Amino acid sequence: MTGTTVDLIWLAPALALLGFVLNGALALLRPSAKTLVSVIGAGVLLAAFAVAIAVFTAFIGLPTAPEAPLVFRYWSWIPVGTLQVDFAFQVDQLSLVMLLVVTGVGSLIHLFSIGYMKEDPGYARYFAYLNLFVFFMLVLVLGASFPVMFVGWEGVGLCSYLLIGFWFNDAVNANAGRKAFIMNRIGDFGFMVAMFMIFWSTGSLDFDTVFAHAPTALAAGGTTITAITLLLFLGCTGKSAQIPLYTWLPDAMAGPTPVSALIHAATMVTAGVYLVARCNLLFALAPVSSAVVAGVGALTALFAATIALKQWDIKKVLAYSTISQLGYMFLAVGTGAISAGIFHLATHAFFKALLFLGSGSVIYAMHHAYHATHSHEDAQDMRNMGGLSRYMPWTTVLMWIATLAIAGIPVLSGFFSKDEILTAAFARGRIHPEWLVFWGFGLATALLTAFYMTRLILYTFYGPNRTGEQEQSHLHEAPWIMTGPLVVLGVLSAIGGILNVPALYHGGEWLHHWLEPVVHPGAALRPEAQLSSATEWMLVGIAVATAIIGMVGAWRLLRPQDLVPARSAPEERGFARVLRNKWYIDEIYDALFVRPLVWVSREVLWKQVDQRVIDGAAVNGAARGARALGWTNRWLQSGQVGTYVAIFVVGVLLVLWRAMS
Amino acid sequence: MTLTFFWIFGVIAMGSALLCITRKNPIGSALWLVVTLFALAALFVLLDAQFIAVLQVLVYAGAIMVLFLFVIMLLNLGRPGPTDIKGPVGVLAATVLAGALLLQLRVLSQATLPPGIRLPAGTISALQQQQGMVGSVANPLFAAYLVPFEIASVLLLAAIVGAVVLAKRKL
Amino acid sequence: MLLSPALAISAVLFTLGVAGVLLRRNAIVIFMCVELMLNAVNLTFVALAQSLGVGGQVFVFFVMAVAAAEAAVGLAIILAVYRHKQSVSLQNMNLLKDG
Repeated sequence: MTGTTVDLIWLAPALALLGFVLNGALALLRPSAKTLVSVIGAGVLLAAFAVAIAVFTAFIGLPTAPEAPLVFRYWSWIPVGTLQVDFAFQVDQLSLVMLLVVTGVGSLIHLFSIGYMKEDPGYARYFAYLNLFVFFMLVLVLGASFPVMFVGWEGVGLCSYLLIGFWFNDAVNANAGRKAFIMNRIGDFGFMVAMFMIFWSTGSLDFDTVFAHAPTALAAGGTTITAITLLLFLGCTGKSAQIPLYTWLPDAMAGPTPVSALIHAATMVTAGVYLVARCNLLFALAPVSSAVVAGVGALTALFAATIALKQWDIKKVLAYSTISQLGYMFLAVGTGAISAGIFHLATHAFFKALLFLGSGSVIYAMHHAYHATHSHEDAQDMRNMGGLSRYMPWTTVLMWIATLAIAGIPVLSGFFSKDEILTAAFARGRIHPEWLVFWGFGLATALLTAFYMTRLILYTFYGPNRTGEQEQSHLHEAPWIMTGPLVVLGVLSAIGGILNVPALYHGGEWLHHWLEPVVHPGAALRPEAQLSSATEWMLVGIAVATAIIGMVGAWRLLRPQDLVPARSAPEERGFARVLRNKWYIDEIYDALFVRPLVWVSREVLWKQVDQRVIDGAAVNGAARGARALGWTNRWLQSGQVGTYVAIFVVGVLLVLWRAMS
Repeated sequence: MTLTFFWIFGVIAMGSALLCITRKNPIGSALWLVVTLFALAALFVLLDAQFIAVLQVLVYAGAIMVLFLFVIMLLNLGRPGPTDIKGPVGVLAATVLAGALLLQLRVLSQATLPPGIRLPAGTISALQQQQGMVGSVANPLFAAYLVPFEIASVLLLAAIVGAVVLAKRKL
Repeated sequence: MLLSPALAISAVLFTLGVAGVLLRRNAIVIFMCVELMLNAVNLTFVALAQSLGVGGQVFVFFVMAVAAAEAAVGLAIILAVYRHKQSVSLQNMNLLKDG
């Protein structure tokens, strides 16, 4: 259409799909061809990233900056009556950002996986699923209409299920996958109903048409738009693990660590943030929903951070950290600071992927050590670690970078993105006081984040080593195929802030200006909130001080030398116990929803409806009825003359009865 | 007077018919049927059908019932069979159906003849005065109903041949 | 004048004949009940001959002829069946069943 490389946008998802097909075939036919699988799996991702760069460059270089997003329609998918949905991709500023993040970070994680999953028998299946996931994620971010996006939305949910339950022979993993899928479905229901309502009120499902018609078709602040946006947000709480549908994410740590990094940190869970960003006009038309989004985000951030304080599994800490940081992103997009939210999405992808992959290296080393000594200890429990900086110096440094980034220490990427969110929340608080509460939550979360991340570093890499005498000799740095991507991510985490340096520091705010065309229609509807420079500097100071207090506090208060290996560790007591057990939310959900539902399914639907009504009355009943009918006919044709005579007489009676009347 | 006799013979006929159908011994049934036929012959006389009454006694009671008795004796069925009458279910079914039939017949026989067709009373006896008791039946028989008469004789021939063929041991 | 009692008696006799056919298992007795039914019909014809003409009596003539033919043939059949089955009970006459 444009006659430039932008037209090749379809190539990025197509390459991922090709990777899935080839790796899938290899998984079925020749699972041991690991080198070939590695080349295909990582190769298609790197190629997709190259395509992304090429499209991005071409897009910048377009002679006339496009007013409307570029839509590439490939075929007419659902032409039904007044509904016309095409399978179409949309290239605009927002989708390009997402495209680069997904393919870039995705490539690094694929490379890491080559080393991490080297000895797994399901190697080819793993890469097939991973490629399929990237395909669906790209369909999600590139989709030009709600249904196409929903295809990607569902697809990543499917791949998440497949990859969480990758080692499905263990029931725990299979259950975790199932839990994730089911909770996502609850959210998807909200998404679908919202889609129906959008079509009903605007007459279309394409993004450009909907957003063009929305201001006129839907009354601002009315019930319809509020319902639509709240239902969309329900989908986001499922996909992006916010209150109330977040409990699947910690369980999802049952999957391989690179999967946790890619799906549950950098890409899939950010789909919800992307959705709100994409529909920012709709959310701007519904102030109540925006407040709900921001509020739920802030609350989730704080809530998850409290749980992370008392988790011992290194991946669980990071899982709750992810939920918490996603809360920040929703706080941002709920406030209307879309670019801040997307900025944090990108920086979070960098440092959270780094954290996960780094912990993957640690787990890799621990696993090897335990394997060598035939021990069955938990390789992921921090109480079994300690002092690993001696054995894994590179990983330690890189994890430090990521920790400083997530805590919000200046100059590193996380500082800029987190700070922008807090500033925007505070600024809105001048107009709507409830936002000050959200800002307070955000600040408290920053304190806790700094604390629990430092705790993680401290317990894992410093203090005495608790792994065991024999295992120590087997602890070493991961191979370069794994550490290399970590380095790249470390660099990105450190300098990533350059993407959107705020005006306060005389920066260019590149990302903010880049996303302007996408954000502008919604921003025009929101209240303008400006802060003086002095206030902004004060806020920065408060945030940095909070971060430093958190980190120093952790360093001083925590005593790694008091820790005991997990096997002999004492049970938590008191409030710590509540945090350790995640505020018992899982148990509450189980009692409130799961058990009654299972009871209804078993007692009512199975025993009564299925067995009694359908099997008994309908199926068996039909058989019995047929048999009874046959028995009657058998009697009619018994060959007994006496019976025939009797029937004869009955016939005569009927004839006479006719004659009578 | 005529009515009284009519009812006497009518009751005899009905009673002996009832006895006929309820005897265990087939011979008993046959003999009671003969009594019924005689009573019916008496009824025919009272209804101005004297020739028919005589025919009834000669042909029905005299020939047909004798044939029945011959066959019963031939097959040595003179002893009462234990399972000859059906069980309670059969009795119930028979009672119900027969009762229904009786009700319907009674309702139907209440119907009246259309006025134009009915002949004045005493027409038959007047006819008999004219042509004699046999003549009143014979004249229509050989005049209007000649063809059925001839066919009846062919029928009788066919029946004879058929009975002989069916009952032979070897053709 | 005698029409209505005659019809009543005829109805009762016919019903008794039907009941007999339904009640009995002996083939010959059933045959006799059929003859009873024919006789009831004869009575009806003769009774109505008084109102509708002598044709009724002529018809009784023919009924008797047919009844005689029928009795002959029917009893011959019963004889033939008896030779096969050694019984005239209706229960055993169930060859219509198979096939």
